[in-house]
Formats: sequence, C-alpha cells, structure tokens
Amino acid sequence: MKVEAKILLSLGTFFGVMCAVYWNWSLENAGGVMMFAGMLLCFLPGSYYYWWSRRMKVRPEDDPNSTQSEGAGVVGSFPSTSIFPFMLGMGAFFVVLALVFGIWFLVPGLFLAVWAFLGATAEGRRGGHV
Amino acid sequence: MADLLNPAAELADDGHGHGHHEEHHGPTGILKWMTTTDHKIIGLSYTVTSVAMLVIGGLFAEIIRAQLATPDGHLVSLAQYNELFTMHGSVMIYLFAGPFAFGGLANIIVPIQIGAPDMAFPRLNALSYWLYLTGAITMLLGFFTSGGAANFGWVAYAPLSNSLNTPGAGADLWIGGLLLTGFSAIFTGVNLTATIFYLRAPGMTMFRMPIFTWNMLVTAILILLAFPVLTAGLIMLYCDRHFGTHIFSTAGGGVPVLWQHIFWFWGHPEVYILALPFFGMATEIIAVFSKKPVFGYKSMVFATLSIGALSLGVWAHHMFTTGVVLLPFFSIMSLLIAVPTGIKIFNWIGTMWRGELWFSTAMLMSLGFLFTFLIGGLTGVYLASPPLDFFTHDTYFVVAHFHSIVMALVLAGMGGLYFWGPKITGYMLNERLGKAQFWLLFIGTQVFTFPQYILGLDGMPRRVPLYIHNPEWKMLNEWSTIGAVMVGISTIIFVVNVGYSWKRYPAGDNPWDAQTLEWFTTSPPPHHNFYRLPQIRSERPTWDYNHPEHKSLAHGAGAGAEHQPTPLAAAVTVLEHGQDEGPNEGANE
Ligand code: HEM
Ligand SMILES: [Cu+2]
Repeated sequence: MKVEAKILLSLGTFFGVMCAVYWNWSLENAGGVMMFAGMLLCFLPGSYYYWWSRRMKVRPEDDPNSTQSEGAGVVGSFPSTSIFPFMLGMGAFFVVLALVFGIWFLVPGLFLAVWAFLGATAEGRRGGHV
Repeated sequence: MADLLNPAAELADDGHGHGHHEEHHGPTGILKWMTTTDHKIIGLSYTVTSVAMLVIGGLFAEIIRAQLATPDGHLVSLAQYNELFTMHGSVMIYLFAGPFAFGGLANIIVPIQIGAPDMAFPRLNALSYWLYLTGAITMLLGFFTSGGAANFGWVAYAPLSNSLNTPGAGADLWIGGLLLTGFSAIFTGVNLTATIFYLRAPGMTMFRMPIFTWNMLVTAILILLAFPVLTAGLIMLYCDRHFGTHIFSTAGGGVPVLWQHIFWFWGHPEVYILALPFFGMATEIIAVFSKKPVFGYKSMVFATLSIGALSLGVWAHHMFTTGVVLLPFFSIMSLLIAVPTGIKIFNWIGTMWRGELWFSTAMLMSLGFLFTFLIGGLTGVYLASPPLDFFTHDTYFVVAHFHSIVMALVLAGMGGLYFWGPKITGYMLNERLGKAQFWLLFIGTQVFTFPQYILGLDGMPRRVPLYIHNPEWKMLNEWSTIGAVMVGISTIIFVVNVGYSWKRYPAGDNPWDAQTLEWFTTSPPPHHNFYRLPQIRSERPTWDYNHPEHKSLAHGAGAGAEHQPTPLAAAVTVLEHGQDEGPNEGANE
C-alpha cells in the first residue's frame, strides 16, 4: 500500500509545482484550474492510501517473501453473470438519444436505468448469483 | 518444444475441460454475451468491436486517399469529404485505439498478469463495454441522418462546432457518442486502478508487476485525470448548441479558445493514454523474444511515470498558433517528454542486446513499432519548437507526424494480438500470413507517411479535398495513396489470417516460453483464471518456475527455494455467493 500511496502523492506534488509555475507565469486561468484539479485528484486517493498504509499490516501482495497460501481467504464477491450492466447501458443509450432525437426517448431510457440501478443494488446485497 | 518446459501443461491435460469448467453453469449463446461479467469475455468483445472500428475507420481513410490521388478528385462531394475526415479521426482515436488498448487487451491481460481472479468491479467492467458499444453506434448513426455525420473535424473547434455553423443531428450524435464512450473509459480507469492496487497475488509487489501492467496503471490514472475534462467540455458544448449559453462564443462574452484548452487538456494526455499501453505490449514482446528480462526495469517504470506526469503540462503545444499561449513553458515541457521516451527506446535496445532473438510476427511488429515510433517522436520534437510549428501547423507535416505515431501503435497492437491471441483463444495465428501482413503494414506505413512529410514542408494544408492550383503535389499524393492501400491490404490479410487459423494450431499454455504470470495458466484461462499459482519472487514468475537454473532475482532477492505451485483452490477462496466484502477486506483489518 505504501508504493501505491507514494505514486499518487508524488504525481500530485508534481502537478502542484507545475501548476504554481504555470499559473504565475501565464496568468491563464483555464489551464491553471485544470492542473490544480489534477493535483487534488491525485492527493485525494493518495492521502487515503497513505493513511491506511500506516495503519494496516503489510498485505501479502506487498510482502516480497509471502507464499501463495498467505493469500488464503476471501478475495471478494464476484457475481459471475448479471443482466443489469447491459440494461443500464441501454438506458444510458436511450437517454443520450433523447439529447438528439427528442425528449420522449427519456421514458424508456430512465425506466431501464432506474430498473437496472435497483436491480443491481439488490443483486449486490444478495452477493450475486452464479 | 515449449510445452516440455512447462509443467503447467500436464496439469491442464487432466484439469482442463472436465472438472473445473463444469463447475460453472451459466447462460449460453447471446445471453451469455449479454450477461457476462468475466473480464476475458468482455475484453474479447472489446477487442472484436475495436478491430471492427479499425476496419470502418480504415475504409474512410481509403476513400479519403482515393479522393486525394488526383488534384481534382470527384469521388466524394466537398461536404462528404468533411464528414469522412472527421469520422475517420473520431473513429480511430475514440473508438479504435483507446478501447482496443485499455478495454481489450488490458482488460484480458492485466488481471491475469498479476494473478487476480477478475477485475475489481466485474459488473462495472461490463457496463464499460456496453457504454462503449452504444457510444460507437451513436456516433456512427450520424451517417443515417439527413444532415450527415459530424463534419467539424475530430477536435470540434469552436466556433465551427456551434449550432449556426454545424447544425444537424450528426454533430449532436457525435457529442452524445463521446459522452457514452467517455464514461466507459472513466469506469475502465477506475477498474484498472482498483484491480492493480487491490487484487495482486501474494508476493506480486508493485515492483514485480510486468511492465505492461505498470503502463496500464499509469494509463488508468491519466484516464481519470483527463477524461472528466473532456466530458465536462462536451456538456458545455451541448449547452452552447441548444440551451443558449455562450461559453465558447464571443457573442455572449464567452471564449472560443477555452474549448481548445479544455479539448487539449484531455487531448494530449489522451495521446499518451493511447501510446502507453502499446509501449507496454512492445516491452513484453521484446523481452520474451530476446529471452531476457526487461533491461532497466526500474528506469522503465520511472520513465512511464514521468511521461504520465509531464503529459498533463504540454497541452497547449497544439495551440501555439493561437497566439494566446505561453510558448516557452509548453515548448520546454514538450521537449522534456522526449527524455523519458528516449530512456524507453534505450531500454528496448538494451533488452535485445545480446539476447537470443526470435523473429516471430509479434517481434517483427514490435521492431516495426520501434522504428516508426522513433520517426514520429523525432518529428514531434520539431513540432514542439514554436518557430518550426508556425511553419508546419495545419499542414500535412502534422498529419504525417501523428500518423507515424499512431501507425506505430497499430503495429504494436497487431504484435500484441499475435502474442496474446493464443492465450485468449487457445489457438495460434498463422506465422506466414502474419509476416506477410507485417511487411505490408510496415512498408505501407512508411510509403504513406514519408510523402506527407514532404508535402507538409511544401505547404500542403490538411483537410482539403482538392489541390487544383498545385498539380505538382500529385506524385507524392499518389505515393501516399499507394502506401494507404498497402496498409489496407495488410488489414485484410489479418482478417483472413484470423479466419484461416481458426481452431487450427492449438497453442498450449506457454507457446513462447514467456515470462509473466499469464503464461502459467491454461489457454484460454479457466473461469477466475488460475487453478494454481507459482511462488512469485521476481517480475518473471513463470520463467523462474520453468527455468530454476536461470532464476531472475532482480527484486526482493534471496527467497523462494521451493518451487512447488500451490493449488489455488486451497489458497484463495473466491466467493461467488459472497457477502458484501470489498476486495482484500480481510487484509485491511
Ligand atoms: C516526443 C513526443 C511528442 C511531441 C513532442 C509531440 C508534439 C506534437 C505537437 C507540437 C503537435 C501539434 C502540431 C500542430 O498542430 O501544429 C502534435 C500533434 C499531434 N500529435 Fe504529437 N507529439 C509527441 C508524441 C505524440 C504521441 C505519442 C502521439 C499519439 C499517441 C501523438 C499524437 C499527435 C496527434 C494525434 C496530433 C495531431 C492533433 C491534431 O489533430 O491537430 N504525438 N504533436
Ligand atoms: Cu500533444
């Protein structure tokens, strides 16, 4: 976890320095704001990982000498099939078509999207099905 | 030959297809395709769709080149020409190159390379694919509307892209399509980052990850930094077009150049989002076919990270001629990128140095990539110098520069398909057809770009359908068209090869005597990827396992005398009826 944190924090620091130089030199705001946001986007997860990395045991994947059996245990929950991504994708498709061809496309679009949201959440609660 | 070296092959014989596969019951046929959350199937769908986009975009390119073969071509109308070059660029950049790399090969290979059972968020991964597919359809739907497809160039500069200059559904479909594919890319970025941070196998420390995985991590971070900017920009553009805002129009106090800032703040990182995955593919391929570890592993990682870092600070080198950007800053930053890029090229050569070279199709493609990318990179350095850019901006010189680059990526991507295809499908591609494809693609690329460099220096502007007043440009344009036709034929050979080799040459687990974890499992890998894993003591676990006498102990030396693989079933429990645990929750506590 330490390396992960370090990568993001150093990227963020670099963007911060670059932003300071650029903004002060060019006085151009669009780029300055975007670089500043880029810095924040690195600091946010980076500091979270850093905070955790100091509080948790070294994970087997961070330990150069760990054996495969140390990975025993739960990796995660992986529903092996689900229709909801497809449904949500189609919902988004119709919503976008509504931007072009007329507002009525929102009806099937939102219907599918909301159904998929609810369905996927319920499925997540159940832990998915095989 | 390689099979003998690989004990995993024996295990595959009794395990494969009988016990393990039957454990997993699920829908079949089209329903399987629609409901799958398996990263390998999603990745394959991505690969097939994006290669189809390569063919479609290539078709547009051939029409463009046919039009330009004569100074007064009348194959297409002027309006159709605008649609064609716009959709060529858009299809290639948004729908082929990126999705092919980070949705296709990376999706399949990254989890296997780090010993993960799937991507971190399998359902989100499926959603990414559906957004990509529907986004592609949305964008291409423009051709079926009365006004035709989008025609403001793939960069959609304001004020050309406002509702007065480009009314019509085609432009809105272009925006809508990009909204969908943009979210798809962002979700893939999230997924790759989480997978690489949380789902590595025990012993797979960050500095033991294969270079391809490293490059995909940096790509994913760049996606997260860049794509939201584009999406925001597109929403602003849509508001300008339909809701009467004036963000990009001077009429209402807006700033047209703001669009260029937003677009290129995404656009330049995007060129590295496109390039880094292919750098990674070439790195793996060159190492395997030189039978050596990657030369300068850590400097390679560092170079990738610095390319990623610098790429956020160079966007306005696309805007030098606007006259409102800070020339020295962007020029210096752009030239700096050449340094890590040079380190990479040095390391690729170092990897081959005194290696046992095997010139398979994949290796040839990677060498072709190296050469072509070098040309594109060097001309990029020219363009990064404002005085030279003032002279060449918006000429065919720029077109040639980025085609050297992107054709290099096509070469590397084809190499990736020849290299990893056997892992994904279980069958090899025909090498003889592969080599024919390589030579046509490689020579065709040079024949197609070199005349464009000269034309550009001679002043031929880009995006023109006619050059009646400069008939002397005809010969060079003809050569460029011949090159484009060669590239087109090479693509046909590829499609023929896939058809011809279909289920013809079984691959075995490790046909190339390769080094990284994906070659330890079966081809294709089982559901959740591994029956067992070797101990991971370097960045080449499969190699160490197969060649205990030449172990590489580059990172974290001194451990791992035992070489017994651990049955995965005992080591890792993958919950299918799982609780709500996040990845590695156990380890966090
Ligand atoms: C050493 C590295 C590179 C440098 C210094 C560089 C520099 C430049 C510059 C200054 C331009 C603007 C030219 C103009 O419009 O007048 C440009 C255009 C372009 N470059 Fe590069 N480049 C580099 C690498 C790359 C890579 C790796 C890619 C793609 C993966 C790429 C893709 C493009 C594209 C697509 C354009 C054209 C954009 C348009 O449509 O206007 N470049 N490059
Ligand atoms: Cu650029």
